[in-house]
Amino acid sequence: MALNDKTKALVAWLDERLPVTQFWESQLTKYYVPKNFNFLYFFGSLALLMLVNQILTGIFLAMHYKPDALLAFDSVEYIMRDVQWGWLLRYMHSVGASLFFIVIYLHMFRGIFYGSFKKPRELLWLFGMVIFLLLMAEAFMGYLLPWGQMSYWGAQVIISLFGAIPLVGEDLATWIRGDFVIADATLNRFFALHVIAVPLAILMLVVLHLAALRTVGSGNPDGIEINKNKGEDGIPLDGIPFHPYYTVKDLVAVGVFLIVFAFMIFYHPEGGGYFLEAPNFEPANSLKTPEHIQPVWYFTPFYSILRAIPSKLGGVIAMGLAIVLLFFLPWLDRCPVRSVRYRGMAFKLGLLAFIVSFIGLGILGGQPVTPGNTFWARVFSLGYFGFLVLMPYYSQREVTRPLPERLTHAIIPLKEREGWFWRTVAWLCYAFLGSAFYRVARMKLEELLRWSLDQLMVLAGRLWAEVNARAAHSPSAQALMARIRQVTEWLKNMQGKKE
Amino acid sequence: MTREVVDNDKRRFLTQTATVVGAVGAGLASIPFIQSMKPSAKAEALGAPVEVDISKLEPGQLVRVLWRGKPVWVLKRPEETLATLPKLTGQLLDPKSEQSVQPDSSRNPHRSIRPEVFVALGVCTHLGCSPLYRPEVAPADLGSDWLGGFFCPCHGSRFDLAGRVYKGVPAPSNLEIPPYYYMSDTRIAIGSGEAG
Repeated sequence: MALNDKTKALVAWLDERLPVTQFWESQLTKYYVPKNFNFLYFFGSLALLMLVNQILTGIFLAMHYKPDALLAFDSVEYIMRDVQWGWLLRYMHSVGASLFFIVIYLHMFRGIFYGSFKKPRELLWLFGMVIFLLLMAEAFMGYLLPWGQMSYWGAQVIISLFGAIPLVGEDLATWIRGDFVIADATLNRFFALHVIAVPLAILMLVVLHLAALRTVGSGNPDGIEINKNKGEDGIPLDGIPFHPYYTVKDLVAVGVFLIVFAFMIFYHPEGGGYFLEAPNFEPANSLKTPEHIQPVWYFTPFYSILRAIPSKLGGVIAMGLAIVLLFFLPWLDRCPVRSVRYRGMAFKLGLLAFIVSFIGLGILGGQPVTPGNTFWARVFSLGYFGFLVLMPYYSQREVTRPLPERLTHAIIPLKEREGWFWRTVAWLCYAFLGSAFYRVARMKLEELLRWSLDQLMVLAGRLWAEVNARAAHSPSAQALMARIRQVTEWLKNMQGKKE
Repeated sequence: MTREVVDNDKRRFLTQTATVVGAVGAGLASIPFIQSMKPSAKAEALGAPVEVDISKLEPGQLVRVLWRGKPVWVLKRPEETLATLPKLTGQLLDPKSEQSVQPDSSRNPHRSIRPEVFVALGVCTHLGCSPLYRPEVAPADLGSDWLGGFFCPCHGSRFDLAGRVYKGVPAPSNLEIPPYYYMSDTRIAIGSGEAG
C-alpha cells in the first residue's frame, strides 16, 4: 500500500536525524517487564497521569489567577463563578492534588512492600524521594495561592519552621517570605515557584526516575530478577514488552481511577473538608488565626510528629528526620530478600506498625491538641521511627523463606497461602460463601443488577427516540445531517477514483 | 618545527584553575538573585510606629492593631487579673522574662509600662500563629487550673495574661513585647521606644 510505504519513508527520514524508532523500542516495545504485576504496580503510571493533569489544569488556571495579596482571593472566586468551566478546572486541580498524593503514597508503599528500593535500584528510589519532596513543596506553595485563612496561617507555621534553625533561622525565614510576615511578596514568589521552578524540576526528575528505571528494570512482587532467566533470544523468560501489554493494562487502571476522580470532582470537590478546608473560604486575615488550624491531609502525619515533641527545634528536627530517614531506606534495610512475601516476621510486624503509625499520625494531625491526642501521637511517632531506626538491627537477623527460581502469582491465591493467619481468613471466607446469607444476598444483587440494566436500556431507548424526534423539527440538526451525508458521499467518490 | 611535548600537569593545573575561577564567578553571579528575594526597601520602610487610643478601652477588653504586618495586642487588665499573675510563677517556663524579648521598660513582673495596660506582639513564639485571647477562668477545654491567658490553637502553647509561657508546651519563650511609649495619658505609640 502506498500510504504504508510513505509512512515507512517518513520514519526512515526521521530515524536518520533523530533516534525515534530506537527510543520507541527501548522505552516501550522492547522494554521487558515482569509478567506478574498486580494492582500495586498501577500507581507509577497513575502518578504520571496526575502530573499531566496538574500541569494542564494549572496552565489554564494561571490564565485567570492573580498573584497579588489584594486580588488573589477574589480571582479564585472569579474562576469559580465567572470563568466558563473555571470551577471544573479548579476542582480538577485541587482534587487532583489530593489524589496525586494518594497515588504517590501507594506507589511508595509498593516500593517498601516489595523491596523495590533495594540494590540495584537505590538511585531510582532516591530520585523518587526527591520528587516526593518537591511535590510537597509544590503542594505547600500551591495552597498559599487562594489566599484564604488556612493558606495564610498554614504558610505562617511552615515557614516559621525554618526560624527554629539556630543562628541563621530567622534570617532564612525572612528571606523565604521576602517580608517580615507572610505578605504580597511571599504570595508573588510562591506563584513563580509553583508554576515554573518546581514543576520544571519535577519534570526533569521524572525523566531521571524513568531513565534509572529503564536501566535497572522494574522489580516485581516476588522480588527476583527476571534477567537471570533469559531465553535463547536474549529475552527474559518471565518478561513481556511494556507496550502493548502494560500500556493496555494500565489503561484499565486509568479508567477506574478516572471514575473515582470524576466522582470526587463532581460530588465531593471539597473532599469532606479534607481537600479544601473550611477556613480557606475566608480571605486571609493577619490579625486572627482560625480556631482549628491544620495542614491539608497529606501533610498531617508529619505535622503530628512536629506537634508530638514538646520543643521547637526538636519538633522541627523530628519532622525533618521522618522524611530524611526514608531516603536512607536502601541502606537501612540489610536483608538481601526484597519482597515481603519471603521476608521474616520481624519485618512484617514492623511494616504493619509503620503503616498503622503513619495512618494514626495522619488522623491525629487533623485533630485539636489534647493530652490524649498528644500521647497517641507520641506512641505512633515511636512506631514510625522504630520501624526505620531499628531496621539495620532486625533486618540482618531475619529468618527468610527460600526465593523461587521463576516468577509466581501476581497475587497469591488464598488456597496457596500458608500460616495460621491465612488459614483463618480462608476458613472465614469459605464459611461466608457457604452461608444462607450470602446465597440470598447474591440473588438480590443479581436481581438488582438485571433490573438496573433493564432501566438503563429503557432510558437509552427513550433518549434515542427523543433525539430523533427533535432532529426532525430542528433545521440546524437537519443541516448537520445533510452536511454529514455530503461528506460521506464525497469520501465515497474519492475512494472510487482511487480504485 | 619544534616537537610538541604535552605537559599534562600544566593542562590539569590550568583546567582546575579555570574551573575554580568559573565556580567563584558563578557563585558571585548568584548573589543578586538571592538578594532580590530579601525584603524590599518598601517592605523595610513599613516599620513606622502605630498610634493607639486607649481611652475607650474597657477592663478586660483587647484590641488588635497591625504593626509591620503583625498583630499587636493592647489589653486593659482589671485589678483581679493582675492579682493572679504572681500565683502562676511555679508553672511558668520563664516567669522573670530573662530569656524573652521585651524592652527594658517592660522587664517587670507584669511585663508592661503601666501595670493595667498590656501591649504584646500577638505572635506565638513557637511557629507564628496568633494565640486566642481566653480570659475566662477554668473553661472546659483548657482545664480547671486555667486563670485566663492566651492559648495558641495551632500547637497548644499556653501563655498567661502577661504573655508568659507555661512549662511543657512547644513555645520556647514568652510573647514578645514590641517597643512602645505613652504619647499622652490616653495614646500610645507602638514601634518606637520613645518620642523621636
